Amino acid sequence: MGKALTVDHLHVSYYGKEVIKDVSFSINTGKLVGIIGPNGAGKSTIMKATLGLIPKDKGNVRILEKPLKAVRKKIAYVPQRNNLDWDFPINVIDTVLLGTYPHLGLMRRPNAKQKEWAFQCLKEVGMEDFSKQQIGELSGGQQQRVFLARALAQKAELFFLDEPFVGIDVSSETTIIKILKNLCDKGKTVLVVHHDLTKVEDYFDELILLNKELVEYGPVQQVFKAETISQAYQANLSILKKVGVSM
Amino acid sequence: MEFIQDLMNYGFLQKALFTSIMVGILCGVIGCFIILRGMALMGDAISHAVLPGVAISFMLGINYFYGAVVMGLLTAIGIGYISQNSRVKSDSSIGIVFSAFFALGVLLITKASTAIDLTQILFGNVLSVRTSDMWLTLIIGAIVLLIVILFYKEFLITTFDPTMAQAYGLPVRFIHYVIMILLTLVTVASLQTVGVILVVAMLITPASTAYLLTNRLSTMIFLSAFFGALSAVIGLYFSSEYNLSSGAVIVLATTSIFILAFIFSPKQGILWRMIREKKNKASI
Ligand SMILES: Nc1ncnc2c1ncn2[C@@H]1O[C@H](COP(=O)(O)OP(=O)(O)OP(=O)(O)O)[C@@H](O)[C@H]1O
Ligand SMILES: [Mg+2]
Repeated sequence: MGKALTVDHLHVSYYGKEVIKDVSFSINTGKLVGIIGPNGAGKSTIMKATLGLIPKDKGNVRILEKPLKAVRKKIAYVPQRNNLDWDFPINVIDTVLLGTYPHLGLMRRPNAKQKEWAFQCLKEVGMEDFSKQQIGELSGGQQQRVFLARALAQKAELFFLDEPFVGIDVSSETTIIKILKNLCDKGKTVLVVHHDLTKVEDYFDELILLNKELVEYGPVQQVFKAETISQAYQANLSILKKVGVSM
Repeated sequence: MEFIQDLMNYGFLQKALFTSIMVGILCGVIGCFIILRGMALMGDAISHAVLPGVAISFMLGINYFYGAVVMGLLTAIGIGYISQNSRVKSDSSIGIVFSAFFALGVLLITKASTAIDLTQILFGNVLSVRTSDMWLTLIIGAIVLLIVILFYKEFLITTFDPTMAQAYGLPVRFIHYVIMILLTLVTVASLQTVGVILVVAMLITPASTAYLLTNRLSTMIFLSAFFGALSAVIGLYFSSEYNLSSGAVIVLATTSIFILAFIFSPKQGILWRMIREKKNKASI
């Protein structure tokens, strides 16, 4: 098994304020990894920094055992908030079709094969009935599912999903987790920023527990323990019991 | 139709017709990207800022095209530099840079030479298009359209979702400057027809009209180009028959088409919206 993502002594700051301090971990391929931590822990920041969307102060990131530049097209990213113009003249199926662009190369247009593939991805997230709708005419959860479909269409090796389940109903969440587990069975690696601690044990193989520094990284059973979680969230033990953290 | 007969007889009218149609198409195409990127003000800025470039070209005795393009690009870079390196918002930095360039241009033109007619640059005169201007427009048009066709996919994704584009390795910043260059070229090509002050209307109004009518970028571009060209023809007709300022008439033609779409567009138009609301009320 190869390494999907290796982060080595990573430091990131915004305007001189350090928000990621000396974080290191190394993830094997084929894992479904949850990133958890309180608000402002730097979960979104660490995704952006590993993707090269914001500069890092120090440290090294290797993806699929190569520098980022060489593997950019093998990564799909769904940001926490899409700062998009929701009135843009584009419909659902054409939005998903954008996922095929990275592999098309300059000056090539998507053809029938890519369109068929985009439709299949849309079907996977259960949104095929909306394919001709303008994207602004969807509900928040539906929009989120369309962007997941677009990530699937990218045929990536590595998926970065920043809180993909926000605003999504229970049955779609179950479908999507199934899709993600399926991807991992095929050797893809999936990183998910997640907030709902009750589901953590069912969903993930491994956890990254973050609060500016790395609190712990490892298999779920090892990380998802009362002392470690309360250390990161600075919450008391009775709250944690309610969400099912093993004592 | 007298106009058609005049068109057959007079070479200057043919040149004017061809040039203004080309300008209408170009402004329509680039305008779509400009409004979707929220850069309508940028179009206004660049068109005003080419003025000192025109003046300097006349002083140096070269084609106004070169000076105008250089000034347009300096403006785009200057605006980007100020808003990225200070907390000044981009609409304010646009205001600072282009008014300075425009003021400089007015001084240069009035001082430097009496050979340039300021009103002609400000408001355009399509009937004075020379053969060389026509060729220039044609060459600019070919370049701009070719680049848009070849890189349509890249323009689409950097306009719609720059984060994804950057994540998969597209040079988003570079593409922004390519679009700025195209905008400058189109603006310069439009100087003769509509003039500095009104170019922005040609960029924004046909594109906004098309935006009201479709949910597909490619359709929007075709419609916008069509409305641009149509307005140019209408404008040319009225300006040659009734001796009116071509720029002003063309712009009013684009506005009329916009108003029609604003009222009658099936999805966005206010007429159908009112009818739908009435129906809803009635059914309750
Ligand atoms: N663009 C920015 N400019 C300045 N500071 C920022 C910016 N984005 C994030 N921060 C700061 O960096 C820290 C980490 O932010 P980040 O968005 O990574 O947190 P997060 O773990 O994703 O939180 P959440 O659970 O709320 O999504 C926060 O303290 C935030 O204030
Ligand atoms: Mg976040």
